[in-house]
Amino acid sequence: MRALCWVGVNDLKVEQVPDPGILNPKDAIVRVTMSSVCGSDLHLLGGYVPAMREGDIIGHEFMGEVVEVGSEVRKLQRGDRVVVSSVIGCGGCWHCNQGEWSLCDNSNTDAGLLEKAYGYSGAGIFGYSHAFGGYAGSHAEYIRVPYADNGSFKIPEGVKDESALFVSDAFPTGFMAADMCGIQPGDVVAVWGCGGVGQMAIRSAYLLGASRVIAIDRFPERLEIARTIGQAETLNYEEVDVLEMLKEMTGGRGPDRCIDAVGMEAHTTGVEHLYDKAKQMVRLETDRPAVLRQAIMACRKGGTVSIVGVYGGLLDKFPMGAAMNKALTFRMGQMHAQRYIPHLLDIVQRGEVDPSYLLTHRWPLEKGMEGYTMFKKKTDNCMRVVFTPQEA
Amino acid sequence: MAVNQAIASLRRHFLSDQTPATGTAKINVGTTERLLSTAGGALLTYYGIKRGTSPGGVTMATLGGALLFRGATGYCSVNEALGRDTSDHELKPIEITQTFTLFKYRHDVYNFWRHLENLPRFMHHLQKVTQLDSKRSHWEAKIPGGLGTIAWEAEIVDDRPDELISWRSLPGSQIDNSGEVTFIEAPGGKGTEVQATICYRAPIGALGKSVATLLNPALAQMVREDLRRFKQLMESGEIPTIEGQPSGRA
Ligand SMILES: NC(=O)c1ccc[n+]([C@@H]2O[C@H](COP(=O)([O-])OP(=O)(O)OC[C@H]3O[C@@H](n4cnc5c(N)ncnc54)[C@H](O)[C@@H]3O)[C@@H](O)[C@H]2O)c1
Ligand SMILES: [Zn+2]
Ligand SMILES: [Zn+2]
Repeated sequence: MRALCWVGVNDLKVEQVPDPGILNPKDAIVRVTMSSVCGSDLHLLGGYVPAMREGDIIGHEFMGEVVEVGSEVRKLQRGDRVVVSSVIGCGGCWHCNQGEWSLCDNSNTDAGLLEKAYGYSGAGIFGYSHAFGGYAGSHAEYIRVPYADNGSFKIPEGVKDESALFVSDAFPTGFMAADMCGIQPGDVVAVWGCGGVGQMAIRSAYLLGASRVIAIDRFPERLEIARTIGQAETLNYEEVDVLEMLKEMTGGRGPDRCIDAVGMEAHTTGVEHLYDKAKQMVRLETDRPAVLRQAIMACRKGGTVSIVGVYGGLLDKFPMGAAMNKALTFRMGQMHAQRYIPHLLDIVQRGEVDPSYLLTHRWPLEKGMEGYTMFKKKTDNCMRVVFTPQEA
Repeated sequence: MAVNQAIASLRRHFLSDQTPATGTAKINVGTTERLLSTAGGALLTYYGIKRGTSPGGVTMATLGGALLFRGATGYCSVNEALGRDTSDHELKPIEITQTFTLFKYRHDVYNFWRHLENLPRFMHHLQKVTQLDSKRSHWEAKIPGGLGTIAWEAEIVDDRPDELISWRSLPGSQIDNSGEVTFIEAPGGKGTEVQATICYRAPIGALGKSVATLLNPALAQMVREDLRRFKQLMESGEIPTIEGQPSGRA
């Protein structure tokens, strides 16, 4: 089959590779019909996540059709149209049973590696480096889905492919971001980042009862979508002083809940950016936490900072004093898709949210490198490039 | 509290004179050094083969194979050439302890382990365990790199249902080890805490010590990965793998 492989930093190639087969009784093979780029892939591409190996197939946000099931698969059948969680959960460990699927004890095939870096290892993730299990990703004609009963969800009839696709990753991530906020009636929620994840966080914040959402980014077309479809007020951080504006817009209190939907590669201008970029280059600091710093400063006293933008390692100039003395609550994590997907499919089926507006480009795998370059630079109004591996 | 008691009983057990020693004469590699050679060899071979394609990997595999062969047979040409015999009889125990919590009932976890035939399902170097009678069992391990197998007999020393199983290799075995696994109910309904302790004997003396120091972390990691597979198998019904999946490398 054809598969989009990581061959080096900022280098992807479509390779001819063997078809995947069932390796374990709970595996299923899915014929991938749609597979999306995600902001998380940019960290891999840029070399910020170590443990990538030449030839690894990337991609983790996908849907398709079940073509083969292992002997222990109970809920799925050949022919089922499914959307699959990007995070892999075994279903048997204590964390999976708590609904903390991304903290699964068992699905990382090389947990020893992350134990050294983090103390304990979380779940395996498709196409997300050998630190997260080394699982072959979804930018391919077929993918093997381990513990398939837990991670694959049948798409209700009448729901289009492009509406179901983002229930794999962007929607549950945005939803969990809002869920972790513990939104109270009347709350103002600020969302940094208007990519696919931020857009879904905006929608979810309203679903969970926010009275106002303020979205922050610098790309006019993304802010526009946040305003029109997301019903958010927007701030372009290149044009205004974000801290001042947030204070002004909230009667001097600050937003009650702040969501970081940007992560370790936050963009900033000026001295702060040069400082972080320089340190990151020599690996003195692995992540550029500009958004996190700003969210901590902006948040009202006693408020919540909810982090779904991904961080990998060490931060510098972290305003711990502000966080401590303002009694902030921090919530964060890779998302627990399996917990949210059934609910989100309901929401999509009822038409309350149709995430298909995240899809701006529908391309064959062969345009993989071009697609990621465009997605990285956010040119041509790109929000998410979706590959259709069955089309050559 | 229970854990401390278990450790204390373990100490008593392992430090007593009853710990078996292998008796075969005409071997010039001390028991523990041989054990460590075997385990270390397995490890090196394993990693060597796993990282196989690189030139470094090949060297690791070869070195691992040689170390293993030496461990399995008790014969070391290097020692002989140096006219050195490390088969000394003053032995000092090396203990490796690893713990995992399994989200499973204590009774089920104990039962699975007590059925020793199950062990090769998660202990990678083991090929087969055969229960000879209620106490004695026959163990076979494969030596990676196609160097054959190694076999020994072991007996259950203590067996307390749902609590503890301890064993040791019988005198005259090619392998000299003992071990104990305890099962304790985890607080808060989190399942069962499984603690495995494996004990080897190390010859006192510079070589033994340095070899032990060198290999101990690697051995600890091996025991840990075995125990992790036990957890994966018990909790999820299978051991997750990526071996055999496609990539652009092949
Ligand atoms: N926790 C999870 O399980 C999970 C799942 C999916 C994605 N993610 C993470 O979510 C983040 C966003 O993903 P995405 O797919 O939306 O990525 P994306 O690249 O499409 O969007 C990121 C957005 O952040 C904006 N941004 C950069 N610097 C900013 C700043 N200083 N202030 C405000 N906005 C800024 C960019 O302009 C861009 O629009 C990534 O870090 C990704 O790794 C996490
Ligand atoms: Zn993602
Ligand atoms: Zn699990």
